Amino acid sequence: MSKFGGSNNKKEVPGVNSGSLSDIVFMLLFFFMVTTQMRETENKVQVQIPEASEVVKLERKDLSSYINIGTPIRSLQAQYGTDARIQLNDSFKTKEDIRDFVASEREAMNEGDRPLMTVCIRADKDVRMGIITDVKQELRRCSALKIMYTARKPAE
Amino acid sequence: MGKKKTPAINSSSTADIAFLLLCYFLMTTTMGSHTGLARRLPPIPDQNQQVEDQKINRRNIIVVRINSSDKILAGSEPIDIRFLKERVKEFLDNPNNDPTLPEKEMKMIEGFREVPVSKGVISLQNDRGTSYAAYIAVQNELVKAVNELRDEFARANFGKPYSRLTEDEQGWVKKAVPQNISEAEPKDVKGSK
Repeated sequence: MSKFGGSNNKKEVPGVNSGSLSDIVFMLLFFFMVTTQMRETENKVQVQIPEASEVVKLERKDLSSYINIGTPIRSLQAQYGTDARIQLNDSFKTKEDIRDFVASEREAMNEGDRPLMTVCIRADKDVRMGIITDVKQELRRCSALKIMYTARKPAE
Repeated sequence: MGKKKTPAINSSSTADIAFLLLCYFLMTTTMGSHTGLARRLPPIPDQNQQVEDQKINRRNIIVVRINSSDKILAGSEPIDIRFLKERVKEFLDNPNNDPTLPEKEMKMIEGFREVPVSKGVISLQNDRGTSYAAYIAVQNELVKAVNELRDEFARANFGKPYSRLTEDEQGWVKKAVPQNISEAEPKDVKGSK
């Protein structure tokens, strides 16, 4: 059925050269290695980050600690319910534990970097402000005054 | 003997290996969500230090309240979030020196010149029932208002948008158009109907 010199049916179609496929995949791999970072903690709360157009970049990632606030993920809802909870490191905590958390995070930093510590509040957009106000008050009490409300740029 | 070719190493499986690695990294890492709205919390007032109400002139303060059904109140009238930015800009800028809007103070900025600096303060209050999304949206509008004023100032004085100024110039502009957003002490906010 071929258009040109149709009689030669025995001619094999040459296989696609897949030698460069690995190069492409490696490039993808490097892209992801550079743009992402290792997940230190397992998320135990669902967080849908709110959108804000005026966001700024965090300057020093290594000097930031995270407070996650949201409803527990599906598999943990049977155990912990669906009320918004605070997650510090790997477990659910109450607001009284924030003091210890901030102290230990501070301890882990260089002396000179401690005033630059930023606490990122990663809260779900449906969370009520009550819990966040409590967290903020607690942070003020242990004088971790630099905070950041994690938000992302809305898609254009 | 010499004509015998060395067989090429079959390299079709390197792609599979690379794919495995790729999948591994996709699973174990996160895309950084390292952006956000930076804020400074006010330090907690000392217990034994009498809370002397900082006497801020009434005209210098605008109170933005968000109630538990995410309705916004700027000053004393309810306002839609779309108009909040303009309202705040007008408040901070006070182009006609309206006596009900914040006063300005001539301030010397080192390395630059003397400029009038608005004394306006935005006080943000929220209810415990306010949703976080609404709170962030309002914060965002406030920051946007300040950023636009900075941009206008930069254009008027340097003929360039704020983002293209040098670091020194940005510092001056920041001093000339300060971002005074105070997150008030949580109060027992009255029930909102």
